[in-house]
Amino acid sequence: MGSYVPTTAAEREQMLASVGIKKLEELYASVPESMLLKNGLKLPEGMSELEVREAVTELAEKNRVFKTVLRGAGAYRHFIPAVVRSITSREELVTCYTPYQAEISQGVLQGIFEFQTMICELTGMDVSNASHYDGATAAAETIPMCKDRKRAKAYVSGAAHPQVIEVMQTYCFASGTELVVVPAKDGRTDADALKSMLGEDAAMLYIQQPNYFGQIEDAAAIGEIVHAAGAKFVMGVNPIACALLPSPAECGADIAVGDGQPLGLDIAFGGPYLGFMATTGAMTRKLPGRIVGETTDVNGERGYVLTLSAREQHIRREKASSNICSNQALCAFAAGVYMSAMGEQGMRQCARLCLSKAHYFAAELEKIGCRLKYRGEFFHEFVTECSCPNCRKKILDALAAENILGGAEVEDGILWCVTETVSKAQLDKAVAVIKEVL
Amino acid sequence: MKLIFEKGTPGRGLSLMPECDVPEVRLDSERSTPLHLPHVSENELTRHYTALCKRLFGVNDGFYPLGSCTMKYNPKIDEDMAALPGFTSVHPLQPAETVQGSLEALHLLGEELGEIFGMDTVSFQPAAGAHGELTGVLLIKAYHLDRGDTARTKIIVPDSAHGTNPATAAMCGFQVVNIPSAPDGCVDLDALRAAVGPDTAGLMLTNPNTVGIFDKNSLEITKIVHDAGGLCYYDGANLNAVMGVVRPGDMGFDCIHSNLHKTFATPHGGGGPGAGAVGCKDFLRKYMPAPLIVRTSGGFGYEYPEKSIGRVKMFNGNFSVCIKALTYVLTLGKAGIPEAAMNAVLNANYMMSRLKSKFEMAYDEICMHEFVMTLVGLHKDTGVSALDIAKGMLDNNLHPPTMYFPLIVHEALMVEPCETESKELMDEVCDIYLKLYEQAYSDPQSLHDAPTRTPVRRLDEVGAARNMILRYKFE
Repeated sequence: MGSYVPTTAAEREQMLASVGIKKLEELYASVPESMLLKNGLKLPEGMSELEVREAVTELAEKNRVFKTVLRGAGAYRHFIPAVVRSITSREELVTCYTPYQAEISQGVLQGIFEFQTMICELTGMDVSNASHYDGATAAAETIPMCKDRKRAKAYVSGAAHPQVIEVMQTYCFASGTELVVVPAKDGRTDADALKSMLGEDAAMLYIQQPNYFGQIEDAAAIGEIVHAAGAKFVMGVNPIACALLPSPAECGADIAVGDGQPLGLDIAFGGPYLGFMATTGAMTRKLPGRIVGETTDVNGERGYVLTLSAREQHIRREKASSNICSNQALCAFAAGVYMSAMGEQGMRQCARLCLSKAHYFAAELEKIGCRLKYRGEFFHEFVTECSCPNCRKKILDALAAENILGGAEVEDGILWCVTETVSKAQLDKAVAVIKEVL
Repeated sequence: MKLIFEKGTPGRGLSLMPECDVPEVRLDSERSTPLHLPHVSENELTRHYTALCKRLFGVNDGFYPLGSCTMKYNPKIDEDMAALPGFTSVHPLQPAETVQGSLEALHLLGEELGEIFGMDTVSFQPAAGAHGELTGVLLIKAYHLDRGDTARTKIIVPDSAHGTNPATAAMCGFQVVNIPSAPDGCVDLDALRAAVGPDTAGLMLTNPNTVGIFDKNSLEITKIVHDAGGLCYYDGANLNAVMGVVRPGDMGFDCIHSNLHKTFATPHGGGGPGAGAVGCKDFLRKYMPAPLIVRTSGGFGYEYPEKSIGRVKMFNGNFSVCIKALTYVLTLGKAGIPEAAMNAVLNANYMMSRLKSKFEMAYDEICMHEFVMTLVGLHKDTGVSALDIAKGMLDNNLHPPTMYFPLIVHEALMVEPCETESKELMDEVCDIYLKLYEQAYSDPQSLHDAPTRTPVRRLDEVGAARNMILRYKFE
């Protein structure tokens, strides 16, 4: 059996004597006899490190890792600079707690303050929190930020990621909020429908940019419609796309959220990722979660602390803006390292590579007879028409046989994603494979 | 120390991205605002972050007795396993047949934790403890609504609970009924009996509770709530004290969350990512977050429970954290799990036995994995507060205990040593605690001034909240 308990039998005797008892079991005298587990847990015996390494590695080897990934749909395989892993695997950082003891936690606090600054830069917003669980929960938690007694209804674009909509629905089930899905038309949020749907009770609208289908929304125009109705405009943005697209602030967003996974985090079967959330100065106190602020110590030295905690559950209890406590700090720190490594130029270059390669791939697919389902501008994802499930399977199976993970299946089509990690040669190969089975 | 924005110079950077090998594309409308990001060399970058890491204190740096946080040693093999490319490089939307290893790992962890919890089904979608609470309370909500019982609008929470409990209940649309604790720190049964009724949706309870005592009445407590038609939610924050010894399911609870980053040794990462595994009894299974991971004829796959509360997070939760917890549970196994719990309790009682000659214990009896000291007397005598003592600990290279929690104990310091600390280290620590106690009488000013040996000294928190400098402003 494996164990991390350092206490020897002799030490245990000394300690029990100090406590004034004879046996370990006496420590549980307050647990009623009837409740105690009689024959122990029905679990296997423990393992040595060597054995457990083999057992878990065997599980990992049952997964199939594709050489080329042409699937995104909310999880994006980007290049991760070596410095990100090197720094974020440091023991002090990995094993420290939430920085409540600020004097010995300046490393995390400053790293998060820098992360908040970078998120503000990316989104153009005034203030960012220290992170949220993921993009979907961040989106869901913008609803109570916008809601009041008169404006109680939330709206979400039908062109947003279906799982984001699902998470928003769950949170709305919790709070008893009505969530209305605004239909998509030609792969984008239907602005005319939106105009007719927003009433005096509208609290907010959430759209995704680029949206689930990869299409670039006319966010500024949608923002105007939302504001004309007196509601708040929330944008869920891809942080890499932010380097090229007009920022949420330029589009008039009141709140910008998103999933920070593309910023140096592994796709890792879905997590841990990173939710980010930024808003206007006026809405600062509505932000859920931790926020780091700058201050000075008794000697006047600059330092950082968790601040504005009067919003939070450990102070406010049932009146808190959210129940969030643990966030994704290490992931936020990693994203900070990633953005520092990339710099403005690297971020723009990465975004340009994604954009250009996706367009190259789309054009090549069109040349062999594929049709793009939507004609609007796109960033690094697009849908090709393919209404027959068997045909989709044939294409994806043929790609898989060549070690390529093809696009995600969506209604009547395949949603492709191309990032900087895929070379022209790999794209050409994928096109050749698809051509064979068309 | 300089911010990374104050280092480097424009034009400097890393060489990470290749030249574009396809025709470059421009969008009709592109970002016009500049994007201020650092412009540093790789050397400057790594030195900056190395310097930040040196201004940190982790479990690897020393004793970390944060009550309620279970800062146990984080095994290195767990990190290695989570970093296997077979886990880190699979897409969450890959076909199930290509991710059988991930699915099997989650399924196996679900079975093992289900046994430890005394629950039938486990979901790993929640990302953290509070997120698990949200999920668990939604199960309770869905259960009542499904029976057409709309009158159950209240959740009962003891006043000793973590703030997340009432905050969660409120987020789920419930009215929070706070009940006072009895003088022994446990649930006041009369107060509970008076609080339950046809409007009771459920009770949220931490056991051992937040003062470190096992509530011996837990069967009676859960019965009172069940008899009134409510359900019982177990907050697993303190599960480390009892895992493998007594199971929440056997105490009468219907659903539970467990913080894998506490009990199951996954690291805290400066505040996350954690994971909040949620377990439930069979009758709540149909409401669990969709999808569940189940055994299928050919291996493992997804199942969408018929009356699911829906998704609480995208994809499969904080998956890598679950791999760390799985490695830990497999390592400890049947015997190692209760061994860890018992030694956690032994360590806490040992420290308490050594400290109570000087420090006043809030509840002077055998404790579970943590105990609470109240420094009210010391404060009155010397003017030295729990905060001052904590800051004095910083100068002795110790991470302080949790301060000022639970709220029902004044001038509280809550000590949770964990099972992974040795007797000689705890002896050293106790000597320092006792020395600080003496110091409060002999030289109180030195503790008001502490810390003096840390990278920064006491920080102006009021000023931080007033000035609201929440980002770096570029010229």
